[in-house]
Amino acid sequence: MGYNWNWGIFLQPTATGDGTYLGWMFYGFKVTIALSLSAWLIALALGAVVGILRTVPNKWLSGFATAYVEVFRNIPLLVQLFLWYFVMPELLPEKLGNAFKQSNPIVQQFLSSMVCLALFTSARVAEQVRSGINSLPPGQKNAGLAMGFSLPQTYRYVLLPMAVRLIVPPLTSEFLNIFKNSAVCSTIGLLELAAQGRQLVDYTAQPYESFIAVTLAYLLINVVVMFGMRWVEGHVRVPGYIGGK
Amino acid sequence: MHEFDWSSIPNSLPFLWDGMKISLEITLSAVVFGIVWGTLLALMRLSSITPLSWFAAGYVNLFRAIPLVMVLLWFFLIVPHLLESIFGFPRGSDMRLSSAIAGFALFEAAYYSEIIRAGIQSVPKGQMAAASALGMTYGQAMRLVVLPQAFRNMVPLLLTQGIILFQDTSLVYVSALADFFGAAYKVGDRDGRLVELLLFAGAVYFVICFTASRIVRHYQNKLKTA
Repeated sequence: MGYNWNWGIFLQPTATGDGTYLGWMFYGFKVTIALSLSAWLIALALGAVVGILRTVPNKWLSGFATAYVEVFRNIPLLVQLFLWYFVMPELLPEKLGNAFKQSNPIVQQFLSSMVCLALFTSARVAEQVRSGINSLPPGQKNAGLAMGFSLPQTYRYVLLPMAVRLIVPPLTSEFLNIFKNSAVCSTIGLLELAAQGRQLVDYTAQPYESFIAVTLAYLLINVVVMFGMRWVEGHVRVPGYIGGK
Repeated sequence: MHEFDWSSIPNSLPFLWDGMKISLEITLSAVVFGIVWGTLLALMRLSSITPLSWFAAGYVNLFRAIPLVMVLLWFFLIVPHLLESIFGFPRGSDMRLSSAIAGFALFEAAYYSEIIRAGIQSVPKGQMAAASALGMTYGQAMRLVVLPQAFRNMVPLLLTQGIILFQDTSLVYVSALADFFGAAYKVGDRDGRLVELLLFAGAVYFVICFTASRIVRHYQNKLKTA
């Protein structure tokens, strides 16, 4: 079909003179990793709090947590991203909004993407935390309370230590998702992996090599995360439960 | 603080509705093709013919490992050129809508096939054995006995995946195709009212997806008690 394959393109200096095209890809790779990991840490912390609140016997707290989860689950990720990037700075108090708009564009893109991915994922983490806590036999909570523990103590010493170990396998797929979802952030101009792939197509006119390389990079991330999480899962397995020793 | 001005929304409602029709068209066609292709993949994966089950496993794992945005970019930037050079389609013909549908269908089929595989496996083995004992072939037993029961259990999950797919159609933004979100963005950009239009788009998506997922949950509870 008359296509000139040229894998050597990655080692050639870029048109803008800042290193090689491989360097561009590597930069995108680092942005994807940094963005996904930072968003994941926030999502874990927030998701744990919201997930616990959903199981608490208090109408207001659990109602708030339910609303939180529903909002972040029923609006498309792309729309959420645009809301954080274009709308949020307008709604903030004027000083804060202006400070954001005058900061480095890369910082703006990264911060919006991080907050967006973190909150989007936290709603999903919260659902896993909730179902982990609810999957424990009700006797555990009753026994804790009967021993004279307060409710926070029951959560801290009885429910959570078990729930944390049970939700690791379902969290693995959320962890994989956050890397894949980070590709959406290319739409606001953040130069992560997918965006670098598009840029490579424009600059090198070698679309197949560029896209194959970027796709392989995502596969690599996927495989590494999967093996890493399998190792973690092996260490936290609860004996006697499905998949336990 | 931002001064809101919602006046550009009422006038552009017909344009936004055209966009919504494109979103729905992509969703429905991708759901239908995705379920058909996903069922075939699930049957291949469970089949005793090794090359078929390896192909299905490879397909599903590949599509589940790469971001949807990457799949869509492949389909918008690369596949049209490929088709042009192989089949001699006229250059530059607008294939964005069909590319989008094909991309979503092939991508979602990987997710559907996992749901369907679990559904087939949840049907008790005795059903297959009983069908064989009645003299049915494997194909007949699958079609007349196993799949109908499997699909009945899977309907809520398939619908939930459909809602996720509807949300994901907003990603056709990468091809500048004017779906509902693309239309809202264009109007906002044109009138300098991006804040209002984006909030409006978010609210519309929320209402649709929230209502749909409530209906699915209601149906799921009914199925459970039945």
